[in-house]
Amino acid sequence: MKLKTVNKKKIMIFVAVIMVLMIVVMVRIVIISVFDSEKYTQLANEVQERERYIKAARGIIEDRNGVVIATNRTVCTVSVINSQIKDEEKVTDMLVDELQMDREKVEKLVKKRSVREKIKSNVPKEIGDRIREHELDGVKVDEDYKRYYPYNEMASKVLGFTGSDNQGIVGLEVKYDKYMKGKNGAILTRTDARGIELDGIAEKRMEAVQGDTLVTSLDVNIQQYAQQAAQKVLEAKQANYVSVIVMNPNNGEIYAMCNVPEFDLNNPYAINDNKNVTQDELNRMWRNQSINDTYEPGSTFKVITATAGLETGAVTKESTFSCPGFKIVEDRRIRCHKTVGHGAETFVEATMNSCNPVFIEVGLRVGSQRFYEYLGKLGLLEKSGVDLPGEAGTIIHKIENVGQVELATMSFGQSFQITPLQLLRAVSAVINGGNLVTPHFGVGIKEINGNVKKTFDYKIVKNCIETTTSDDMKYILEQVVANGGGSKGQVEGYRIGGKTATSQKLPRNSGRYISSFIGFAPADNPQIIAICIIDEPKGVYYGGTIAAPVIRELYENVLPYLSIQTVK
Amino acid sequence: MINIKSKKNKSANGETTYFDYSLLFIIIFLIGFGMVMLYSTSSYNAQLKFDDPLHYVKTQGMATVFGFVVIAVLIKAIDYHLYGKFAVFAYFAGLVLVILVKTGLGMEFNGARRWLKLGPLSFQPAEAVKLIVIISMAYMINEMGSKVNTLKGMFFLFGMTTLQAGFLGVITSNLSSAIIVEGIGVIMIFVATKNYKPFIILGLIGVSAVALFFLYETKIASSFRLERVKVWLDPTNEKYINDGGYQVLQALYAIGSGGILGKGLGNSIQKMGFVPEAQNDMIFTIICEELGLVGGIGLIAMFAFMIWRFMVIANNAPDLFGAMIVVGVLAHIALQVVLNVAVVTNTIPNTGVTLPFISYGGTSVLFLMTEMGIVLSISRRIRHEE
Repeated sequence: MKLKTVNKKKIMIFVAVIMVLMIVVMVRIVIISVFDSEKYTQLANEVQERERYIKAARGIIEDRNGVVIATNRTVCTVSVINSQIKDEEKVTDMLVDELQMDREKVEKLVKKRSVREKIKSNVPKEIGDRIREHELDGVKVDEDYKRYYPYNEMASKVLGFTGSDNQGIVGLEVKYDKYMKGKNGAILTRTDARGIELDGIAEKRMEAVQGDTLVTSLDVNIQQYAQQAAQKVLEAKQANYVSVIVMNPNNGEIYAMCNVPEFDLNNPYAINDNKNVTQDELNRMWRNQSINDTYEPGSTFKVITATAGLETGAVTKESTFSCPGFKIVEDRRIRCHKTVGHGAETFVEATMNSCNPVFIEVGLRVGSQRFYEYLGKLGLLEKSGVDLPGEAGTIIHKIENVGQVELATMSFGQSFQITPLQLLRAVSAVINGGNLVTPHFGVGIKEINGNVKKTFDYKIVKNCIETTTSDDMKYILEQVVANGGGSKGQVEGYRIGGKTATSQKLPRNSGRYISSFIGFAPADNPQIIAICIIDEPKGVYYGGTIAAPVIRELYENVLPYLSIQTVK
Repeated sequence: MINIKSKKNKSANGETTYFDYSLLFIIIFLIGFGMVMLYSTSSYNAQLKFDDPLHYVKTQGMATVFGFVVIAVLIKAIDYHLYGKFAVFAYFAGLVLVILVKTGLGMEFNGARRWLKLGPLSFQPAEAVKLIVIISMAYMINEMGSKVNTLKGMFFLFGMTTLQAGFLGVITSNLSSAIIVEGIGVIMIFVATKNYKPFIILGLIGVSAVALFFLYETKIASSFRLERVKVWLDPTNEKYINDGGYQVLQALYAIGSGGILGKGLGNSIQKMGFVPEAQNDMIFTIICEELGLVGGIGLIAMFAFMIWRFMVIANNAPDLFGAMIVVGVLAHIALQVVLNVAVVTNTIPNTGVTLPFISYGGTSVLFLMTEMGIVLSISRRIRHEE
């Protein structure tokens, strides 16, 4: 007996219900694999893909002659993949032995069930190669770059260094980071659920691009001369620090900037190999005093007062003065460093003598309004604009608070503070014919193949003072060195201009001084200008006695090196 | 009504006989396709677990070869009416098999005690019970004649099924198999009787129970909700990643990342341990990942076609016993396919139903092939009506 019609109908009903349900699940599949496909594919990729970075090599830093002063060294990162390790004991033994690490620590990392465990980074390449030669399963040695500074301490406070991620931390490394950092590459690999890379599936690889080369105005030879000279006086005078800046006064290119004691760029987190130091101590060690610290310039500042005096007609080279050893300003009696007085003297002689009462007189004649005007023209009311981070600015009275006494003290470089570089920039403008330059290190950016990619332009404000004033000042400052207080800065066979200073540090009468000398050559057509600052020298502290010889020693080497013509 | 339109053969005695080659083709296709997908899906896990990428394929292959022998014997040598003689015995044997799981013969695997160990072979009674219920129910329906239409008769049949399902559900904690067995039984009773009313009432009760349950779960007891329901409602929520949400989520990743055309045979990544034990319940997701929407829907279409053939055979079967067996098999395949795909697409909460012919499981394949052999042997008895 076959099925009755009613039974057949019921089969049909059931089959129809099943077909409807099948269509429902098909619709679900369409939704998941078509409309939600993108979302789920992305989520799936997140769990399936492991991304490994290929670190980009950082761009190198060159001096003006193409000498490499910052480059990269290949180092290795050693890591383990637990699931691939066949013999945990053997791997631990080998790693402890090769890396000289604590056994307990290595053991813990080796046994950790993670996708990839880093054992140690910045391992020298030789050790990395040796570890690779052991050919133990589950041990991975990845090559990596580490910043390397072939000259160790040289210009450390200028160059700065990089962190573990190869990013600039201080100095030029920060300032030009975007050019030098390059572009990290990546390897995207598919893995199974245990994190093991799958063979045979094309990995996506994006190659790393090395950063561009920074060409600087630094000159390794001049920098080394400067550093040697500074180091010598630092030790001889047991000073806090000694800064020397050497610059081209005509375009602001800095040939050298040293602030001894420098630090080892290849080991920037240790002070005298001691790694247990506070961040504060490190920050102090990394400080670039030439631009990060301000000081009272003292007598070197008389260059500026003289310029303002000549420009405004308050004084001429031939103006005569008489110094009794002091000057009364309002209720104050301000002494000259020569207490018995310089007697009768011309303005040129007064500058050679660095006579305070004369400069007070000149300052008062100029008046605070015009005095500030010239501070502004010579860039002393703004930052120098140097291409280093953290530059300090001028600390000075508001013009409306400047009375006779304030103006008098400012005239010989007291009661305000500037950075050494600001002063160097202002004096450069005075002696280069009146052009205010922007001091700088960065000259341009080169591609790795040597093609020039970018040349930096820096602002030069032309004719901020008259050429005649500039010529007068060059003459006066040459006299200072030839016959006056700066005579110890004289270099045999060359015409040198300059000015010394001995500033009392605050509080006055603490017996702490800053000795300095600023000098340029040749005096009639300056090609080079340099400043030396000695902070808190012991014993003799006169700038003319201890700072001027530093620049002389430097110039004795640098002037022939720069092929500057000698005079008979 | 559906009539046989094809495959007419003149047998030796001049009668027109029938054999459903279409069904045979689908069976061979599904088994072959299943083996290919099983290899693709399981080789990674097999390599890891047994150091032999062919481990699962070998086990399944042996069951399949044996299954073909069984099919051949069932078609050529055994008149299906013979099963009727063993129906009552089989019914009780089924109950005993389930109880045996609790004895020393039982075997635990993946935390569930659902297997019997017979020497080197392991065997899942639940798969046998499905066949036993189909045969014994068909036998009883045939025996009862017009009494199936009485309420008493229906209750008796319902009780028969529920006892078997209850044993599976309670003794082996195998809820999914219990649902399938109960489903098979209810569908068979539904088809066998001429009544609608009791089923409409049963259906309404069932639907409202489910509706109430979910209303309760979603609206009222939000903090005491069953984990699998929580996962079902919000599969991408990371909170449930350790409560089974992981499996559902990875299944969705597999289907979703396959897209329309799939990554190509053998190219699934999700089978690399992301979808846990991908060769079992979740194998459909790997098919979708490798063969895409096209492959997934194509496979469901093959099952739909198979169900269609079952319907044709049931409608033309020479007697009620044969027809009811085919209806039982139809219900079995249809329920498992729909439930499996519904679970892996997160259409319903996770229940753990395997995909017939494709999922790994020797017992399952062997009993499915036995069912196919029986259906094919019934199709051979169809006499074409001129």
